[in-house]
Amino acid sequence: MTAPFYVQGAWFVGAALFIFGLKGMSSPASARRGIVIAGYGMLIAIAATFLVPGLHNLGLIALALVLGGGAAWISGQKVKMTDMPQMVAIYNGMGGGAAAAIAAIEFARGDAHGLVTTTLAVLGALIGAVSFTGSCVAWAKLQGVLRKAYRLPAQNAVNVTLAAVAIGLGLSMIALAPAQPQLIIGFFVVALVLGLIVTLPIGGADMPVVISLFNAFTGLAVGFEGYVLGNPALIIAGIVVGAAGTLLTQLMAKAMNRPLSNILFTPMVASGPGEAISGTMKEVGAIDAAAMMRYASKVIIVPGYGMAVAHAQHKVWEMTELLEEAGVEVKFAIHPVAGRMPGHMNVLLAEAGVPYDKIFDLEEINGEFGQADVALVIGANDVVNPSARTDKASPIYGMPILDADKAQNVIVIKRGKGTGYSGVENALFYTDNCRMLYGDAQPMAGEIIQQLKSMT
Amino acid sequence: MDGLLALYIFMLAAFTGYEIIAKVPVILHTPLMSGSNFVHGVVVVGAMIALGHAETPLEQAIGFFAVALGAANAAGGYVVTERMLGMFKKKEGTQ
Repeated sequence: MTAPFYVQGAWFVGAALFIFGLKGMSSPASARRGIVIAGYGMLIAIAATFLVPGLHNLGLIALALVLGGGAAWISGQKVKMTDMPQMVAIYNGMGGGAAAAIAAIEFARGDAHGLVTTTLAVLGALIGAVSFTGSCVAWAKLQGVLRKAYRLPAQNAVNVTLAAVAIGLGLSMIALAPAQPQLIIGFFVVALVLGLIVTLPIGGADMPVVISLFNAFTGLAVGFEGYVLGNPALIIAGIVVGAAGTLLTQLMAKAMNRPLSNILFTPMVASGPGEAISGTMKEVGAIDAAAMMRYASKVIIVPGYGMAVAHAQHKVWEMTELLEEAGVEVKFAIHPVAGRMPGHMNVLLAEAGVPYDKIFDLEEINGEFGQADVALVIGANDVVNPSARTDKASPIYGMPILDADKAQNVIVIKRGKGTGYSGVENALFYTDNCRMLYGDAQPMAGEIIQQLKSMT
Repeated sequence: MDGLLALYIFMLAAFTGYEIIAKVPVILHTPLMSGSNFVHGVVVVGAMIALGHAETPLEQAIGFFAVALGAANAAGGYVVTERMLGMFKKKEGTQ
């Protein structure tokens, strides 16, 4: 499949722009320019593809581009900032599906020849199909369509068996190429089911890591199919994303202190009886919470997923501004895995208008909790659980946490008494210096704002 | 394509991807994941070629599906990333 030099050249330029764009996205100052550069790369690559000689079905191609691209463009414009993670998941799954579909066509045509080509085609198809259905499940979970984690009995055995069957069918496709249609269909069905079954039992707390992993998967699938099609632009873009995504996945898993294998194969359950938690949860009202912060000299806010689902970031910033007017020093402490994607909280706070210089990473701020009068925890749970430091039986033992418990007073805004996504009891809530403010983060922040205003 | 040449491309591309991510501040992890999600939307180019060579109705149907999905990956990935990064830009402008 040889394209003329001007098409090859355009693809080359596209690939180069992708790398420049990604490089730009690695620093805040040039990040937006980066995505625009990569966007031009994409336009050039797509436009040049129309010039490939001997291409049929041009009308169908244009129609599919308009339908698929248009629908995604509109949905992407409409989605709320808090819902971004699941949109990334679903768009990523579509890319994986596209890579698998390309492989399906190659197999249906019997076009994949040679050991290396068929092997990579099968690998790309398997990874792409798993990423497709897996990402759909990730989307459904974060969107709230699927609320619980479905675990089969002997889940791991089922996973391993399905994976073995998929690999076995893949191997026979390589050995028997060109393969029988039944074999091809069977392979794709098993691969698609594998993605579903592997992802269904994974809890919401682990989803960011899983989305990132599927992102890397899709990249690899695209790279492999690029080889099958003899298209270096696909290879480069796919493999760059595959490598970058793999590293990003590792960074995230490390931040949670959960090896990737644990996330995929073990549910988050306490391994034996944890340390007994003494004390009781003590409730506080919005008036007292407001007063405690109003007359503090330093407040550290720890936002979590609860702030995101409640869309409370604007109210939280309004409250922060009121406190600052009253002379209180306010800082935000962001745990690396707060929210549903790393940096999720930063994006939301940026949306609400919180300046960068008030937002701090775990290492930067952990030493400061000791001097804070109030730590305000908004919809975060596991990332401030002191059991992670002390309780060896806890599933989150060893995860670096924000030391909110070291502040003079802790106020926790939380919807109910339940446990966090990991299902672990939070020892922080039972400590003497902790007060619970039960309610949805947005109305609660609103009430605190009212109280603060009445105190001036 | 020459198998060995492709292997070199694989190796260099993997190294590039690793280097790009290695020194990124945490606040950009989400936009960068989203941005790399956009970049693998280039699969749409492969899908266009596959559909362009499709002959039977079945191949055309799968190809159509592939192009639509690939285009959605590219378009959606771009919009979402651009919106996220646009917020950072706005902040800098006001400071």
